[in-house]
Amino acid sequence: MSILAYNGGCVVAMRGKDCVAIATDHRFGVQAQTISTDFKKVFKIAPRMFLGLTGLQTDILTVRDRLMFRKNLYETRENREMAPKPFSAMLSSFLYEHRFGPYFIEPVVAGLDPKTLKPFVCNMDLIGCPNEPDDFVVAGTCAEQLYGMCETLWKPDLDPKQLFEVISQSMMNAFDRDAMSGWGATVYIIEKDTITERTLKTRMD
Amino acid sequence: METLLGIKGKDFVMLAADTTHARSIIVMKEDQNKIHKVSDNLLISTTGESGDTEQFTEFISKNIALYKMRNGYDLSPRAAAHFTRKNLADYLRSRTPYQVFMFVAGYDETEGAELAFIDYLANAKSLNYAGHGYGAMFCSSIYDRYWHPNITQDEAYDIFKKCIVEIQKRLVVNLKNFNVSVVDKDGVRNLEPISAQSLTDYNASS
Repeated sequence: MSILAYNGGCVVAMRGKDCVAIATDHRFGVQAQTISTDFKKVFKIAPRMFLGLTGLQTDILTVRDRLMFRKNLYETRENREMAPKPFSAMLSSFLYEHRFGPYFIEPVVAGLDPKTLKPFVCNMDLIGCPNEPDDFVVAGTCAEQLYGMCETLWKPDLDPKQLFEVISQSMMNAFDRDAMSGWGATVYIIEKDTITERTLKTRMD
Repeated sequence: METLLGIKGKDFVMLAADTTHARSIIVMKEDQNKIHKVSDNLLISTTGESGDTEQFTEFISKNIALYKMRNGYDLSPRAAAHFTRKNLADYLRSRTPYQVFMFVAGYDETEGAELAFIDYLANAKSLNYAGHGYGAMFCSSIYDRYWHPNITQDEAYDIFKKCIVEIQKRLVVNLKNFNVSVVDKDGVRNLEPISAQSLTDYNASS
């Protein structure tokens, strides 16, 4: 089996009208055995930006730590907040630095630009090939199911309330068809002045 | 083959480890202690490739001791777990990776109890209860049933007994004896080992 599916887990992010949403499941397993059901794969890295990482858990932790280091260094050097776009570019080049011995992760970035407040979502593969669509991005062991759900439920210009409903339903119905993901989920809705974190109770089997 | 177990309570962490040292099909030793005391409030239990376990825990222990000498205070259990994981992760992508599975367990007045699960890929997670090795497969359901947030040391010891009864009943590998250690506000203590012998009375009473 692929090393990217060793620990299981999934992340999805969606654009709405003046808002973005990102969601993560809670499972941490070793192959088919579930070790823990409180591992969130989404990390807050700036006031209006979140990073979701799926794949091998060791690399999730390493990449998160190393990116925080690089981002903090950028922010102290430039004396301003890092926007999602340069952050994704930095992430992409960081991953490509390890082209022939990659970190086994699939990242998802979601956020609002600190100046223009424009919604931004982006994902890449493990060597940093970026994809910046204007609808949604998915990653993880149930990426196929997530594509199906997002494709049917998402439409342009969803307000924060609708976006929460769409991302939650997409997430839950996708990972309930995958044994490697699930065991609860957390959804973050990012608006210009608020961040809402909601925990979803889902099937625990 | 070998088994490690760990339970975290509000103000303590308890570890159990079998004492068998086997090489291929031969049992070399039946009194191998796999729970290492690293400092006054820190324990590390290890299993895996036999040379690596000793070498790696020694490397970590000595560096944690060095940190204390340089700074005049101990590394907190959380920090110790982070340090251990970082080293294991760096070695993973070197020419000489360490194949070790471990629990970093400690108690700190400010941070409370910490039980960190770390496997040979440096996957790491702070947990309330966990196990490593084949024996651990029989224990997850026992933990799920009996662990609770206000668990006492006596109850935790009893859960280990239940787990070991199950391991000795169902696992093909013969793991006769388990060492048990606990770390809490009074430091590290070794408890009575749990063996097939000591469990005969327990079986009769339950």
